[in-house]
Amino acid sequence: MASNKKYWKSVEELNENSSIVETLRNNEFVEQIPVDEFLGNKENLSTAGTTRRDFLKYVGFSTAAASLAACEGPVVKSIPYVVQPEEIIPGVADYYATTVADGFDFANILIKTREGRPIKVENNKLEGAVSGANARVHASVLSLYDSLRLKQPKIAGKDATWAEVTAKIKASLDEANGKGGNVVVLTSTTASPSTEALLAELKAKYPTVKQVVYDAVSESNALDAFETVYGVRGFAGYDFSKADVIVSVGADFLGDWQGGGYDASYAKGRIPKNGKMSKHIQMEANMSLAGANADKRIPLTVAQQKQALVELYSAVAGGAGSGLKNAEVAKAAQQLKTAGSKGVVVTGLDDLDAQLLVLAINAVINSEAFNPSATKLVRKGNAKEVAQLVADMKAGSVHTLIMNGVNPVYTLANAKDFAEGLKKVKLSVAFSLKEDETAALTTIAAAVPHYLESWGDASLVRGHYSIMQPTIRPLFDTKQFQEVLLSLLGNSTAYYDYLKGFAPTQLGGKSWNQTVHDGFAQTEVAPLTAASFDASASASKLASAKSSGLELVLYTKTGMGDGQQANNPWLQEFPDPITRVSWDNYVTVSKKDAEALKLENWNVANGGLNGSYATLKVGDTTLTKVPVVIQPGQAVGTVGLAFGYGKTAGLKEEMQVGVNAYALYNEFNAVQNVTVTKEEGDEHEFACVQLQKTLMGRGDIIKETTLEIFNTKDAEVWNPVPLVSLDHKETPSTEVDLWESFDRSVAHHFNLSIDLNACTGCGACVIACHAENNVPVVGKSEVRRSRDMHWLRIDRYYSSQDTFEGDVELKENTSGMMNSIETFRGMEDPADNPQVAFQPVMCQHCNHAPCETVCPVAATSHGREGQNHMAYNRCVGTRYCANNCPYKVRRFNWFLYNKNSEFDYHMNDDLGRMVLNPDVNVRSRGVMEKCSMCIQMTQASKLKAKREGRPVKDEEFQTACSAACSSGAMVFGDVNDKESEVAKLAEDARMYHLLEHIGTKPNVFYHVKVRNEK
Amino acid sequence: MKKVGNHKSFSKIFFSLALTLSFSLSVFSQDAAPEAAAGAGDPAKGKELFNTNCAACHKLDKKAVGPALRGVADKYDKEWVYKWVHNSAELIKAGDAQAIKVFEENGKVPMTAFPQLSNQDIDNILAYTSEPAAQPKETASVPDAGGKTQDTSSGISNEVILGALTLVLAMLVVMLLLVNNVLRRIAKANGIEIGASEKSLPLWKAFARNQFLVLSSVVIFLLVAAYFVYGYLMQVGVDQGYAPVQPIHYSHKIHAGDNGIDCKYCHSSARVSKTSGIPSLNVCMNCHKNIAEVAESTATPEHSKAFYDEQIQKLYAAVGWDPAKQAYTGKTQPVKWVRIHNLPDFVYFNHSQHVTVAGVECQKCHGPVETYEVMEQFAPLTMGWCINCHRETNVKVEDNEYYKKIHEELSKKYGVDKLTAAQMGGLECGKCHY
Repeated sequence: MASNKKYWKSVEELNENSSIVETLRNNEFVEQIPVDEFLGNKENLSTAGTTRRDFLKYVGFSTAAASLAACEGPVVKSIPYVVQPEEIIPGVADYYATTVADGFDFANILIKTREGRPIKVENNKLEGAVSGANARVHASVLSLYDSLRLKQPKIAGKDATWAEVTAKIKASLDEANGKGGNVVVLTSTTASPSTEALLAELKAKYPTVKQVVYDAVSESNALDAFETVYGVRGFAGYDFSKADVIVSVGADFLGDWQGGGYDASYAKGRIPKNGKMSKHIQMEANMSLAGANADKRIPLTVAQQKQALVELYSAVAGGAGSGLKNAEVAKAAQQLKTAGSKGVVVTGLDDLDAQLLVLAINAVINSEAFNPSATKLVRKGNAKEVAQLVADMKAGSVHTLIMNGVNPVYTLANAKDFAEGLKKVKLSVAFSLKEDETAALTTIAAAVPHYLESWGDASLVRGHYSIMQPTIRPLFDTKQFQEVLLSLLGNSTAYYDYLKGFAPTQLGGKSWNQTVHDGFAQTEVAPLTAASFDASASASKLASAKSSGLELVLYTKTGMGDGQQANNPWLQEFPDPITRVSWDNYVTVSKKDAEALKLENWNVANGGLNGSYATLKVGDTTLTKVPVVIQPGQAVGTVGLAFGYGKTAGLKEEMQVGVNAYALYNEFNAVQNVTVTKEEGDEHEFACVQLQKTLMGRGDIIKETTLEIFNTKDAEVWNPVPLVSLDHKETPSTEVDLWESFDRSVAHHFNLSIDLNACTGCGACVIACHAENNVPVVGKSEVRRSRDMHWLRIDRYYSSQDTFEGDVELKENTSGMMNSIETFRGMEDPADNPQVAFQPVMCQHCNHAPCETVCPVAATSHGREGQNHMAYNRCVGTRYCANNCPYKVRRFNWFLYNKNSEFDYHMNDDLGRMVLNPDVNVRSRGVMEKCSMCIQMTQASKLKAKREGRPVKDEEFQTACSAACSSGAMVFGDVNDKESEVAKLAEDARMYHLLEHIGTKPNVFYHVKVRNEK
Repeated sequence: MKKVGNHKSFSKIFFSLALTLSFSLSVFSQDAAPEAAAGAGDPAKGKELFNTNCAACHKLDKKAVGPALRGVADKYDKEWVYKWVHNSAELIKAGDAQAIKVFEENGKVPMTAFPQLSNQDIDNILAYTSEPAAQPKETASVPDAGGKTQDTSSGISNEVILGALTLVLAMLVVMLLLVNNVLRRIAKANGIEIGASEKSLPLWKAFARNQFLVLSSVVIFLLVAAYFVYGYLMQVGVDQGYAPVQPIHYSHKIHAGDNGIDCKYCHSSARVSKTSGIPSLNVCMNCHKNIAEVAESTATPEHSKAFYDEQIQKLYAAVGWDPAKQAYTGKTQPVKWVRIHNLPDFVYFNHSQHVTVAGVECQKCHGPVETYEVMEQFAPLTMGWCINCHRETNVKVEDNEYYKKIHEELSKKYGVDKLTAAQMGGLECGKCHY
């Protein structure tokens, strides 16, 4: 059987006379190994210090030493406190109420600390708290341990002491005061009454001091409008639970619109109760979270949105329309009118008239959901003043510039002008967490503590006063802005004492200690009265709005926000709820525009998503190499681009991703005229965690129905139990079983309920899960290979037809092979304006788990309380379980993700590892991991009850995700406790299990999504 | 038993003291005589009173919280001392110059008032404090001698037996050789030739040729080897008996054994936390503020009193306590103890579950700690060991509302009166591994 094939090693062999071939035939190497160099010199060898024998001795000794050392276990040191603080017991978590107020995110939160280290953010669930921590707030605890933070003050790039810094600023202030030079204090929205008071004192001492408030993502128009009408710089408060009809015109109120935090009240009205739920109509350009949750989404360009707003106004208040011919908008206007005071309109249009008109509409219909007196005070920025400041700086008329919590060199569209102006400023100071773009250019970079290391206060809502308290001692040589202000004022009291003295004016009688304990205090405030204004003038101005060419709509992503936490690996790896792309921003383009511009997205063989690059040109500014994502639902004639990316300073190399959209943010206008051109040649590699876009008509994965059917028909119609074949007879799948069931009626039996009506897809649970369970970050290239480690993912599906129902119908009515292939291929593409559904999926903790039966080493097994256990130390990494899991929720550790420089994220530095939860194992390479249903939390709750000798209370059982869910979509508890909320939800007619027909009997269940389509 | 023993040794010391006193120091007795006449005290009673009332703050020869008291009767007027002891604060308040001086000399620490002590009691105490200091050498020799004699007696008996046995064996060997020699001689004399034994196959060759023998011995060898290899592998990572040298020689025997301090006094977090907690140094100082040295009787043959006192000094250095000034210096040096019980990271163990909920004695897992001079790992801490206990131990359900319903239903299901931890779900992987 010998083969006569000749194998060629190289082309060279074809040449018979080749000297190389000849040489190789005789010698193994073409060139002699230069052994002579070190062996040739006999003299050298003999006189060398290390003889061959010595060498062998060393080898022998080190081998013996190494093997001896390997036999010994490591000596572990245990160092107790010298004097143990009374409130700290090692091994027991402490919770502190505090407030996040970083200029972009504001919320009352609880911080879980272990042995003095903050490790997790929890919602403050006290009545009256401004809760609703989003994904960024949950991730902010990791930003505390950012190893690239500014660690001490610097003057001109050199380490300095605080005394030097204060002296220098004071000297400059005195000089400015003497010469009459302008001093500008540029801050982000502090919302802090005590800081405002300190700044007022500063202004009194130095009359040339002027304060300018700068929000990176400006809401100036909305603030101006509200100020015009109500005399307070803030936003109207909304309670969406009181609305029957919600019309949003370009307002992503489930995202970051006007500071966000509306999930809870919105979700309350979305759960059908007594046959009623709210109707949500969204008119917008980009596909936003609010749009994805809407019952009716109408894609409109920004100009059309303005006209639509006029249509709404004319419908409720009379007056001329805008001439917008859109039946859906007309229908929405009619529904709003019918709802009367049960309706509400919100807008995110970056236009003064639009904002005024919305205030007028809500006043006309006397909307119950609209409450201007509960004014939100979380943005104060003034775009005009910032623009003026840049001009002044360029003109050289600013003597001293003190900045706190802002990064204008990164966030200003005219950053070049600002940087130029900065050179003309005598003394510039940046109070900053990071050595960011701005701090690198200023004379003084003053290191400030993270909010978890600071004292502070914040007034988030009128009549609401929140306290920020430190949860750890400052990690670095930092000083709060307020401390420096105090020393500039010659006041030697510490800021804490100042605050304690200041606070009683705001507490409304509540004691200081109680306020610090609760995190906030409330006082009665007088309602605001509206000044009269000419709404019809605004309406007529809006009616004439016209779009010229392609509109670029700039927005903020749920994960990155304004970009101040860009060095946070959790947020970088957090997949965007809509596009499911992590580690990137990109321009979103509608399918129609993409075809016209020849822009493409495609999947490659390894499962990765690729896309074209585009050049974006706004005015004179050009952004190159902007990746393209074709976004279903994007209004034709618009493109979207997210802020917060493209940062370069103070960031690890891995985090320097995306393009800087602020460069196109001319005159703080979120809408810009743009020219998009395709860049030939190169293609972008995305890290997208979900490739399939549609459900392919598989209505049993996300069960959906309309409110009408839900109200009129039996549950069997809209929530049918799947039928399977048993003895050739159709039998409900719940009655067929391969396995014998365990008796689970005794003790606890944990279930997790997920209401698809209440879930907005915000992703706070995803980050909370990361924090609680030490889920590793794997990086962009690994995510692209589908090796992301998220224990909890939120699947997002688009309908291929106009509705999901349409998809199901189309699938059912398909017959014949060719026809089917054709139809199914078509169904892979989402519609131009699809319905969207979110579905959080984590380990379903099947009572009859397919993974458990295939594990060769019994590493995964079932507990009586319903959890599917995973013993990491037992796992040998065959990955059979992941292959046999119908829900694809198991995650494999392909590499060692901690203490590995290849994965240079938080687990690779000593500081970043401080965030790890000591109650949960850090998994090693080669083992499978997955959601444990936070068994460490249920075990802790049980133990607490046992110690106190009482039964567990229902609300004590939580998982990280259910605790983080501010919309109430996720409810966790013990179904054997018949009084528990989850037990009631399990009996609800809307309850169904994912992939019920395969008989896995999961302990996670969902509630049928009901849409109010009427 | 121990206490009795101590009393005996104390009484021995007293006896010797009394002897030395009565023989050598007649001057004192003469001095003491008029005092006794003026209602002088009984030093034995005084000692008792001193130990119960004064010893917390005063030592005889050393400054503690309060000044050293030996010879205090010579320093001050008796009437003044009565007043001072009954209520020193009042005396100071009244502006007594001597009282203020004493108060200020001793760091302005007010002395507890003892109105319950009668003048006779105070006399007794003063009598005790007026006794001259004992000669340390003499007193130390008494318990030492006692200890040694005990030790040596048991040592000798063993050695004697062993020695005797060796001697007998040696004699037997010699006798055998002699007998052999005699027999040979007799044989020679009788002309019997002891034929050179036939050259048979060497043993190893015979062995190698017998295939069955080779096979079976290989099998036996492999089995034995496997047994030892298994044994070796099973003890890898098991550190039973691990007793590292600690930076401070802390004797659990003295604290938990001799003095009967409850485990959870120092390891208080075992009640509520997953860790039992190595006590912070401020807990040590609760007692050691007053206990700057050990009693003579604490010393053992292995560790002298000086050794133990040095350990207390180490504690003072670490916590930053200046015993001379009776004040904290603020210079601390946390103690780096060597951790003895190391569970792998993938195991979750919670002390409070076992200590508070289940009421397991500390000794069950940690061994007779109250007898350990040096702390060591008593249990193997292997999973088999954990599980075994979970299988055998009943859940403590009495008076715990949490278990009431669960126990009722589960015990009905299993048909038992008492549930074991295993039946309660204590063998499930996820209960300890997450």
